[in-house]
Amino acid sequence: MRYAETGFNLEIDLTRGSIDKVETDPKETASYLGGNGISAKLLFDRVPPGTDPFSPDNLLIFSNGLLNGTPVPGANRVAVNTMAPVNGLMGHSLMGGMFGPELKMAGWDRIVLRGKAPDLVYIAIHNDRVEIRDATHLRGKGMYDTARLIKEELKDNRAWVATIGPAGENRSYLASIDCGNSSAARTVGPVMGDKRVKAIAVRGTRDVYLAHPKELWEMCSRLRKELDANPNIGDWMATDEDDSFHHNNFSWGNARIRRKTFWSATLGERWRNLKYDHMSRQTGCWNCPKACHNVIKWPNRRRFSYKCYGKDTYHMASFQELDFTYEILPIAQDLGLDSYSTPQTIAFALELLEAGILTEKDFPGMPSDVRGRFFYLIDKMAHREGIGDILADGVSMAAERIGKGAEKFDHNTVKKFEQLPIKLGKLNPAYFLMIATGEDMAITQIEGSFPQDPITDPEMKEEFIKKWVAVPDKKFAEWFRQWEKRDQLPADAMVAIVDWNECMHYLDDSLGFCGFVSSFRGQFGGTTGYHVWNMPQLITHATGWEFDKDRLWECFQRNRNLVRALNNRAGLRRSWERPPEDHWAVRDEEYEQELLTQYYDFKGWTFDGIPTRETLERLGLGYVAENLIKGGVLTGNEATALNDARAKKKKQ
Amino acid sequence: MNSDGKKTRIVKDIKVDTKKCAGCRGCEIACSAFHAVPKFSSVNTARSRIMVVMDEVRDIFVPIRAGDHALAECNGRNRYVIDGKEYDECTFCPASCPSRDAFKDPDSGFPLKCDMCESVPPLEKPMCVDACTFGALIYEEREEAVEAEPKKLGEMEVGLKSLIKKYGLKKVMDTIARVSKE
Ligand code: SF4
Ligand code: SF4
Ligand code: SF4
Repeated sequence: MRYAETGFNLEIDLTRGSIDKVETDPKETASYLGGNGISAKLLFDRVPPGTDPFSPDNLLIFSNGLLNGTPVPGANRVAVNTMAPVNGLMGHSLMGGMFGPELKMAGWDRIVLRGKAPDLVYIAIHNDRVEIRDATHLRGKGMYDTARLIKEELKDNRAWVATIGPAGENRSYLASIDCGNSSAARTVGPVMGDKRVKAIAVRGTRDVYLAHPKELWEMCSRLRKELDANPNIGDWMATDEDDSFHHNNFSWGNARIRRKTFWSATLGERWRNLKYDHMSRQTGCWNCPKACHNVIKWPNRRRFSYKCYGKDTYHMASFQELDFTYEILPIAQDLGLDSYSTPQTIAFALELLEAGILTEKDFPGMPSDVRGRFFYLIDKMAHREGIGDILADGVSMAAERIGKGAEKFDHNTVKKFEQLPIKLGKLNPAYFLMIATGEDMAITQIEGSFPQDPITDPEMKEEFIKKWVAVPDKKFAEWFRQWEKRDQLPADAMVAIVDWNECMHYLDDSLGFCGFVSSFRGQFGGTTGYHVWNMPQLITHATGWEFDKDRLWECFQRNRNLVRALNNRAGLRRSWERPPEDHWAVRDEEYEQELLTQYYDFKGWTFDGIPTRETLERLGLGYVAENLIKGGVLTGNEATALNDARAKKKKQ
Repeated sequence: MNSDGKKTRIVKDIKVDTKKCAGCRGCEIACSAFHAVPKFSSVNTARSRIMVVMDEVRDIFVPIRAGDHALAECNGRNRYVIDGKEYDECTFCPASCPSRDAFKDPDSGFPLKCDMCESVPPLEKPMCVDACTFGALIYEEREEAVEAEPKKLGEMEVGLKSLIKKYGLKKVMDTIARVSKE
């Protein structure tokens, strides 16, 4: 009997129309846990280097976190992974809500799609009954109608339908996959469109078994109440209407302009009324005591919901106010456009128009007011019409295609991926390392468990440390105690902090935890819901395996290195790991490179940012090392970064 | 017994505040885990005796507890219009019924019914209520005076009584005798 997991992958070859139930090896779960870990393994083993992401050989994987579908509160993330068209690296997006747990109850740990359907299809899953069905009548339909029509067709109101909109069908790089109030944004949507899968409907009525029933239930029931009562977790933006932080500090337009005094009390009051006058309720995800989604009914729009910073992106890109976001979001969502990268790409295009790199001729029939222009462009982008065809590739690729100096306007991407519009003064070294070396691509993934700022008041500092159970090692508390100035921490502390931040993200993404109750929230108040001390107990009670902090940490390292190796094989090297040139006003290239070298060394990676043979072998990834050596990515004789001649030469 | 010495019984009830429901399905999870055998050994919301009807676009979030089993579909169902959209009466019906698979055990097909989490010793409050940190489910106990309780009749007794009423005792006896020989 398998506990917590079902032990089966649903493998669908869309070209051949074959559907297979494949039993998985429990040893693999024990090594890679689930979610993005198992996905990375599947992609490494089965998608040869050099495969075009838009080739039938690419895989699109919906991979449940190990604890999804168990009573563990806040565990519901399904990792959606593929080799991403935008940059050729592993695409990683997380979807909350109900899809993952429902899939588990249908008896599947994950869905692995390969091949390409001859024409548009949808996949209907009811436990073991899996069908590939014609979806040509759904072509061009929005998210909402698609889900509704499929549920009607299947006569099952309780099915959960993950779907793409026109943007995904047209392989826009900005396309997302949506299910209910949740969404797997970007990198993965265009691949679903390329495989001609309009939607996946899932309904499960089977048991997810648990190894230590009573112990697990007791722990989870207590945790649910603790999470509920803990003010430091969940999404503050759902309840805290003072949003001066983002509006005064993040950049507007094409990540250009800071409006440091934008926010005022009267504006706050006006926006609060806008929200609460139109808000129906707040909703949550599977088995979570927080409710982060604001459900809004705006005149002449279907009811929709948004979460977190998704509230700000459209009006900040267009220099408008909240009402504009409410006006455009339900329509953009229905087209299947991601609300982070889309407004940025539009702001970028309008800047090019102003600069004369694009001209009025590129925008035939475009209204003159900015609101009208945004509506005009989302439509063009979702349908890849005219200039929309180029813009649908996102800022980086569009800049390349447009040329004529457009590249200079692409100033807010890392690894061709749009970032939060943050432009800062002085470098925060830990943050530099996270944004430079992060491979999760998702926007929230760059923050983590260690606070971003020191606490200066000694009493408050001690109070914080006393409650800080999440620290995996005393040394973090000690560093925090000594920390006075934001940019001044010893280098060994810096890399260890980044390592811990990453650890929590990788554990969340393989176990199924939402960052809002775990990795993303540790930095605030220190009392996050999950940490390396309670996660092992939960795994033990759910699966029956002996688990402890060290074993868990090793799983993180294994997954981290596997993802890195997969990306190295796809071309990722040191030179890719650069935050935008204007990310900080004051830069020190030499210092940044030194940081990078130290971080690589700490990780057991080469000067180029590739895990060494020893590092891989130590983690049971000998097969990966062998593969990299065969492919010429490693020679096998490399030393770690600090012992590299190039690092030594720089020191002298 | 209450203070006047009349016989009373405790009526357990769960009040639903649909405004507070966040659609997290915590109640479904708790109910299904509690009724798993052995207790808490699995999660399968299709076995839950509470089911949340959810439709974000129409702002419908209604937790429904399983009521009695209906032997036949009802005819003359009502249709409800909420926010311009029509709903079949079945959408919010708590019965397990031949016409649909709600509140039926997914494997055996047996009807499921909320038993208020009967257990020894009794729980402080039902599992679904305890799980609902949003306060959408509110547990209420009230004392109700009990009239001298009429003897409870079984299903067959009820049937026979009505036959006797209709056809008279003799005819029913004759028929039973004849049928049992066939
Ligand atoms: S914290 Fe919010 S986003 Fe995360 S699982 Fe809970 S409801 Fe969903
Ligand atoms: S636990 Fe409460 S809030 Fe969650 S779905 Fe059930 S009734 Fe709604
Ligand atoms: S009271 Fe108990 S049996 Fe009834 S729905 Fe709630 S958890 Fe289920």
